[in-house]
Amino acid sequence: MVFYILKRVLAAIPVMGFVALFVFLLLRLTPGDPAAIIAGDTATPEQLDAIRTSLGLNEPLLVQFVTWIGDLLRGDFGTSVLSGKPVLDLIADRMEPTISLALTTIILSVVIAVPLGVIAAWKQGTLIDRFVMLLSVLGFSIPVFVIGYLMISLFAMQLGWFPVQGFKSIGDGLGPFLHRIALPTFTLTLLYIALIARITRTSMLEILGDDYVRTARAKGLPEHKVLMRHALRNCSVPIITVIGIGFALIISGVVVTESVFNLPGLGRLTVDAVLSRDYPVIQAVILLASLIYVVINLLIDIAYVLLDPRIRYA
Amino acid sequence: MTDMTTFDPAPRGLRGLLRTTLFGATLAGLAMATGAVDAQTLRAVKHSDLRVLDPILTTAYMSRNHGYMIFDTLYALDADFVPQPQMVESHEVSDDGLTYTFTLRGGLKFHDGADVTGEDVAASIKRWGERDGMGQVLMDFVESMAQGDAPNTFVIQLKEPYGLVIDSLAKPSSNVPFIMPKRLAETPSTEAIPEQIGSGPFKWVADEYQPGVIAVYEKNEDYVPRDEPASFAAGGKVVKVDRVEWVVMPDDQTALNALQAGEIDYWESPPSDLLPILDANPDVTVRNLNALGYQTIMRPNALNAPMDDARIRKAAIASVRQQDVLDALVGNPDLYNLCGAMFVCGTPLASDAGSETLVEGNGMDQAKALLKEAGYDGTPIVIMHPTDVGTLRTQPVVVAQAMRDAGFTVDLQAMDWQTLVGRRASQAPIAEGGWHMFMTNWVGADVFNPLVNNMVNGKGPEGGWFGWPDIPKIEELRIAYATATSLDEQKKLAEEIQKLAYEEGIYAPIGQYFVPSAWSNSLDGVLDAPAPLFWNISKN
Repeated sequence: MVFYILKRVLAAIPVMGFVALFVFLLLRLTPGDPAAIIAGDTATPEQLDAIRTSLGLNEPLLVQFVTWIGDLLRGDFGTSVLSGKPVLDLIADRMEPTISLALTTIILSVVIAVPLGVIAAWKQGTLIDRFVMLLSVLGFSIPVFVIGYLMISLFAMQLGWFPVQGFKSIGDGLGPFLHRIALPTFTLTLLYIALIARITRTSMLEILGDDYVRTARAKGLPEHKVLMRHALRNCSVPIITVIGIGFALIISGVVVTESVFNLPGLGRLTVDAVLSRDYPVIQAVILLASLIYVVINLLIDIAYVLLDPRIRYA
Repeated sequence: MTDMTTFDPAPRGLRGLLRTTLFGATLAGLAMATGAVDAQTLRAVKHSDLRVLDPILTTAYMSRNHGYMIFDTLYALDADFVPQPQMVESHEVSDDGLTYTFTLRGGLKFHDGADVTGEDVAASIKRWGERDGMGQVLMDFVESMAQGDAPNTFVIQLKEPYGLVIDSLAKPSSNVPFIMPKRLAETPSTEAIPEQIGSGPFKWVADEYQPGVIAVYEKNEDYVPRDEPASFAAGGKVVKVDRVEWVVMPDDQTALNALQAGEIDYWESPPSDLLPILDANPDVTVRNLNALGYQTIMRPNALNAPMDDARIRKAAIASVRQQDVLDALVGNPDLYNLCGAMFVCGTPLASDAGSETLVEGNGMDQAKALLKEAGYDGTPIVIMHPTDVGTLRTQPVVVAQAMRDAGFTVDLQAMDWQTLVGRRASQAPIAEGGWHMFMTNWVGADVFNPLVNNMVNGKGPEGGWFGWPDIPKIEELRIAYATATSLDEQKKLAEEIQKLAYEEGIYAPIGQYFVPSAWSNSLDGVLDAPAPLFWNISKN
């Protein structure tokens, strides 16, 4: 087990190195110049050149890359070329809203979607099943921003139950935190309920026809034990995969939701940085997103091993 | 705490009704608890994000607006566009017109407690003069600049008489000659200042600044305003709130909802398609605060063939009807003007000389004739088309179609604005990433005379603005304008410059439009100004 995890961790290192190189080169090949953005409309070519020099953008690419990697290894992610703030501070400021939204969305989605998927599979072909699948199709089909605007219109503007926008840290109290995070969570949850419920139903349907389920029923086990202990546990691998990837997707940026509800999350930080060619910020955010994907995949793999001993011995 | 995981969206019966009621009551309680607004905090949504904190390093309007909050100026324009003293108490000019001696008014202190001195002023003007176009012209005339005999005085010694010393120091828009401590003003003008210490009416709250999220200012209790009432950028800067927050909201619909729900107080530039909703709201005021509005322009590149031929440039301009551009860009006739004045309609220098086809929209035959006369061979004209900026994505499409109708072959190249900003600096041929034309917008105050208007610069590839027409006569006229001593003379020279600029086809204003601001009726005292200003505003 330990060897398995160690092997996976070591395998992640070249992945991160490749991502770093790819991001660096891609950014330098993209048109646009942060110096020109800073200098504005009246800068002379000499002034532009001086700004580039002060930002280190006139160095050869190889020198810039080596400097960046060297700084990274010392834990220095650099400073934003526009605001002059440390990149790590910028990212740290944006982590809480994003992680909060990811956690509330995934928790709420799992709590609702897994039982729905199980019930839909159990009652396959009935009205309940069709209703769950209809919800699932709607969740997939309606764009997130439309759901967001509808939520705001109904719950914020008409009923006045929630604020229109903004984020409160959990440090300001659980009430204010939940009050602000509720609408974005409900909005994203619809999509993830659709995804997780559908996967759960499909996986359950495969399992429910297996011999051991029939055997469990034949020996007189109550139906809820058959479903939860025998069927659900054995189809948990694909469900956990979807949950993990869903979580990573939210962490790495749900720009539309963040914009509609004015959440200062990582998604908006990334888009702002790309539009303003703030190289150090883009590089750091993409590296971070890659790292999150690697870690979550690692956790999913470990979960596989814990849930399915056959993988351990493969 | 409300347990969201047990929330049933479709409760039934008495139990469901009870649960719904309790849920609603809980949320309403939370709303009251968290929605309580500090009456002395003014929350504003600005047109963009504040990224660069040095208003001299960049011309970005957000940086200029930030500058107005924390820095002060020596002079400022009033509502009649007349420079009025701001930090200055008085000034004297020697009989030969070469020596200006300024005395600062009492009580001027920087936010770190230090007195404002002539040394700070001299260093600040020097740094501004390295970056700003009008400042550079001023510096061409300056022999020396230093503190005078007393710490609260400073002296500008000129090489030859210059008529726009005070006008330069009162420049209202990017770059504004803000005064900062000498130790900050000595920062190279190509690097950002390391601290935000000014002597202005607000102080910068560095700890709460989150780029892309929020910028916070608090009232400078030590600021001593002038006695005169506030007028445009001039007069007493009396701060009537404790704190101003600039909140970034990338989504217009969110800003609209937030203003209507009372979560923000002020929205700098709502898009025109949402204005009817705001107009219909009795709790919101919608008004244009900037009488000069914006000038949207087309700019050919005089370096790349066939645009190196003035006849081709003029043909492109003649093909365009301002009405078409403005209908597509703005739509609402109340929010735009047909205006061919390069120095902006509504200013003393406004003139329609040379702009007839643009305004009357009858230049298509002239455009075709010019193309024929110039022997245009069908070379594709590369127009850069920024698709990510709402106020810039429309004009290239309209202009491209007009040019096609005149006989041009047009290559409309879509890109994001920052790509355009980088590419427009290229003087390379088309095959190497060069370009023929782009469109942009200017705040009226940035183009309202021949010295601040970058597009009437005729210095060519060395020292000119993107597009680089090389027209020495225009430079002669600009210098003559700079040394003119009467408004009549300035008007005459400005008109000559405009005529020549149209004759050479170096640029064309393709319309003047206005962007009203919207604010809650709980605010009072919002100023008409060249930039959004937050003094004089009280909140009930």
